[in-house]
Amino acid sequence: MTTQDTLKSRILPVATVVLVIVAIWYVGAYFMNAPFQRDLDRRGNVTSTPMEFLGKTMSQPKPILPAPHQVASNVFENTFLRSVSSNRSLVYHAWVTLSSTLAGFGFGTLLGILIAVGIVHVRALDRSLMPWIIASQTVPILAVAPMVIVTLGAIGISGLVPKAVISTYLSFFPVAVGMVKGLRSPELIQLDLMRTYHASAAQTFWKLRVPASVPFLFTSMKVAIAASLVGAIVGELPTGAVAGIGSKLLAGAYYSQTIDIWAALVAGSVLASLLVAVVGIAGKIVNRNMGGKPT
Amino acid sequence: MSALMRTSLLTSWQGWLSLALSLAALATLPLLDPDAVARFAPMALFAIFALSIAGAVVSFLPLPPLFLAAAIFVFCHLSTSILISGLSGNEGKAATAFFLMIAANWLLAWRCVSLLSEIRTRSRFADGLLGLAIPAIFGAWLLILWEALTRGFGVPFILLPPPSSIGLRIAASLSILWADVQQTIFKAVLAGYILGCSAGFVVAILADRFAFLRAGLMPIGNLMSALPIIGVAPVMVMWFGFDWQSKAAVVTIMTFFPMLVNTVAGLSASGTMERDLMRSYASDYRQTLMKLRLPAAMPFIFNALKINSTLALIGAIVAEFFGTPIVGMGFRISTEIGRMNVDMVWAEIAVAALAGSLFYGVVALAERATTFWHPSNRGG
Repeated sequence: MTTQDTLKSRILPVATVVLVIVAIWYVGAYFMNAPFQRDLDRRGNVTSTPMEFLGKTMSQPKPILPAPHQVASNVFENTFLRSVSSNRSLVYHAWVTLSSTLAGFGFGTLLGILIAVGIVHVRALDRSLMPWIIASQTVPILAVAPMVIVTLGAIGISGLVPKAVISTYLSFFPVAVGMVKGLRSPELIQLDLMRTYHASAAQTFWKLRVPASVPFLFTSMKVAIAASLVGAIVGELPTGAVAGIGSKLLAGAYYSQTIDIWAALVAGSVLASLLVAVVGIAGKIVNRNMGGKPT
Repeated sequence: MSALMRTSLLTSWQGWLSLALSLAALATLPLLDPDAVARFAPMALFAIFALSIAGAVVSFLPLPPLFLAAAIFVFCHLSTSILISGLSGNEGKAATAFFLMIAANWLLAWRCVSLLSEIRTRSRFADGLLGLAIPAIFGAWLLILWEALTRGFGVPFILLPPPSSIGLRIAASLSILWADVQQTIFKAVLAGYILGCSAGFVVAILADRFAFLRAGLMPIGNLMSALPIIGVAPVMVMWFGFDWQSKAAVVTIMTFFPMLVNTVAGLSASGTMERDLMRSYASDYRQTLMKLRLPAAMPFIFNALKINSTLALIGAIVAEFFGTPIVGMGFRISTEIGRMNVDMVWAEIAVAALAGSLFYGVVALAERATTFWHPSNRGG
């Protein structure tokens, strides 16, 4: 595909949809903020021209719906203009959330792989554990988050670990399910070949099953890291945590700092996209080095 | 000694280990600390050991696996129930021998599950029954171990209440739990789920009709599914107030994107051949959509409905952490944990788990009824 085609078939439609969303956002901001602004003007006995009025709805300090440029400038200010260690810096909060996300993601992935290996090799585990793993995901597990935090806090564990526990719980599932699928993906004919080589179970595992499961691992890791981030953010909510994107959301909700809430949302979204992209790129590199077909 | 006997002696390593643990427990009697209030009666003590050892010995016999499994099941669970009933009044007083016996019985249960999972059946009904029994034993043992460990060690109630007291709490506060379920599930979750799923569906149909819209929406939809959308909860609470409407709004947003992405993917699932056939029938867009492409998309749509059933519950409960009227599952969890009523929190979680599984189950049943033609539902 030439660059011309990419521009036409990919970027143009996405750009159009994004523009439409931004336009709707501006219109929405005007209509949602207008009643309060009108009220304010009447009390202050100010009469403003429609243009002035429009400008005022877009520059309230605590708007109901902040205009995109207000959010953008808040994000820019708190990301680039503040020192990284400052309590107002988004980089600082993002880092706090990121550290527990990564810890939880690491443990979750490890746990998921171990469970998958167990399920593939022990039939009793497959029949008894697998249904519970699936059932565990129909449970709104985030509801447990406050209790994990408070309980672990009661025995003196606070800070990063409880959040990482929640992230672990959320991220092990996609990895476990994906890896079970991946470790079972070698076809019968390939397994038979290993048998004719008189390969032991360990050899079949390392030389056939593991390489076959790598693409599945990275696909599920993309889902897992997104879930892990959600876990870390929600884990910051119930304790009124001092730092992190979740605490920023909660503080914004308490003090009606709507612009801060939206800025925290943007920071979380950027973080999520970056994490997923990093896992995706890592997957591509590993796949290429293992001699996989470029997709 | 027959070959059959030898193999069953070798394969039942759980039996050997269980026997060893029982003997070790006999050597380290008593089961409870010397200062325990109520001791085990001699008869009960005898029954515990006799049953466990009998279970271990039975597991070596060359009998049909189903019969063996049933026998071991009865032996180890009778023994366990006597053990645990002896704990009442003696919380935290269990000695080493007690835990050795629990471990011995657990190994027997493991042997029972292994035997059951080796059984190959011809009939689908028996297969389904086994598929229920095996995870049920596993789940029961999670509860048994939880109960034995928390009560045996006397774990503080605040940290982890035993399942029995959670069960009592559920039974004692059914009316509160029911009110919470009504507020959170029947109002917030259902309204948001229906709105979000139908909106996602309608937009997907539009995106399918207009290629430009599809090219623009799909990358954004895929991106959104990775974002922590749950973060809009405080904004929605601010806009729509503390009552269920704000939670329904969060659920709507959370369920919209999975539905959109899956439906669009499903609409392109029908093959070129089938579409060519529809063309040769001179069917228009609507007819092709209704008669071919929507039915073909059903597995994808149900996939989204299943994902959304869990997402919806999570969305509603987490949104309640940001402010609610004084009823609702998320509200109950966050306030009762503040008062250290941990058993109430666990009761609420149990109810949420049950509701989530039921919700999922209903969607799965609807899928069976709608996509009965799909290979994954036709069975072997």
